[in-house]
Amino acid sequence: MAAPRHTAVANPLAEYLQRLGDDRLVLGHRLSEWCGHAPILEEDIALSNMALDLIGHATSILALAGAVEGQGRDEDALAFFRDGTAFRNALLVEQPNGDFAVTLVRQFLFDAYSVLLWDQLSHCGHEGLAAIAAKSLKEDKYHLRHSSEWVVRLGDGTDESHARTQRALDTLWKYTAELFERDAVDDAVAAMGIAVDTAALRSLWDGLVNDVLQRATLTRPPETGPRRGGRTGRHSEHLGHMLATMQSVARAHPGARW
Amino acid sequence: MSTNDDSQWPLWEVFTQGARGEPFEHAGSIHAADAELALQNARDVYTRRGEAVNLWVVPSNAIVASAPSDAGPFFDPGNDKPYRHPQFYVAPRGVRIF
Repeated sequence: MAAPRHTAVANPLAEYLQRLGDDRLVLGHRLSEWCGHAPILEEDIALSNMALDLIGHATSILALAGAVEGQGRDEDALAFFRDGTAFRNALLVEQPNGDFAVTLVRQFLFDAYSVLLWDQLSHCGHEGLAAIAAKSLKEDKYHLRHSSEWVVRLGDGTDESHARTQRALDTLWKYTAELFERDAVDDAVAAMGIAVDTAALRSLWDGLVNDVLQRATLTRPPETGPRRGGRTGRHSEHLGHMLATMQSVARAHPGARW
Repeated sequence: MSTNDDSQWPLWEVFTQGARGEPFEHAGSIHAADAELALQNARDVYTRRGEAVNLWVVPSNAIVASAPSDAGPFFDPGNDKPYRHPQFYVAPRGVRIF
């Protein structure tokens, strides 16, 4: 096991699972913000369906995280009664929806990563996580198909859609590097049989993304000034606003059942 | 409300197959800009709860339909021609009738 590169965390597996769960919970909530607002009914349904899928993945993962943590917190406690600094999602997924191009580019960049990650985790040494990964992979493959087809059509569409999509890509690109960073938590869970080959992940992601960007006639932005911090709870100002909305009902009515 | 004929993508008819070997049945229609996205939209709207194992999408304007006014001559079942129905014929003894 490699020497820790960050402050050691008490329970690296619980921490790692929270990262996986929080990515999907936050992105799922962002997509759900389109419900009733998408450009046409069919896309409204598609985005809402994907939101439900992602929140479903988050539910499974956070339930497992709570069990591994062993402090009596279930998936609801983790989702609705943690503050922003306790969230472990990558900065990419908390970025605001913006216009349709921003939403679809954000979705595409994450879907490509998520499909490749689940593919690796579905063979990992943790039986429960491997099962969730295999199940989630099927749905995320569909999400990737949806988002990449949209990126191609928006990029290779009108002058207006091309310009907006390139702008979205330029804005979001600096948040992608964080998805592939490794720290002490990754090293610790690798020692438990949950090893992700980050280099292979990155290389496959590059190939997949480059292919779609080429079909979309979009230009891959240069790698400059990557933003990071989400994995250790240092978030952009957007997460707090999102959580205030997302958590308001659960916090106003703690323990409510319906 | 003003007419918004130009605000919608083309209409597609969606057909779902419930299980392998079963006929495709009309499920409804969706809007989509092209065939691939029509499949995507159809999947989201009509198959997400396990209703289908296969999908067809067909541009609605590719469907040639009969007109309601054709109902009489086009679809007259000819009930006065009993020999069109299999029950008209007496099965010979020894033939198993299902």
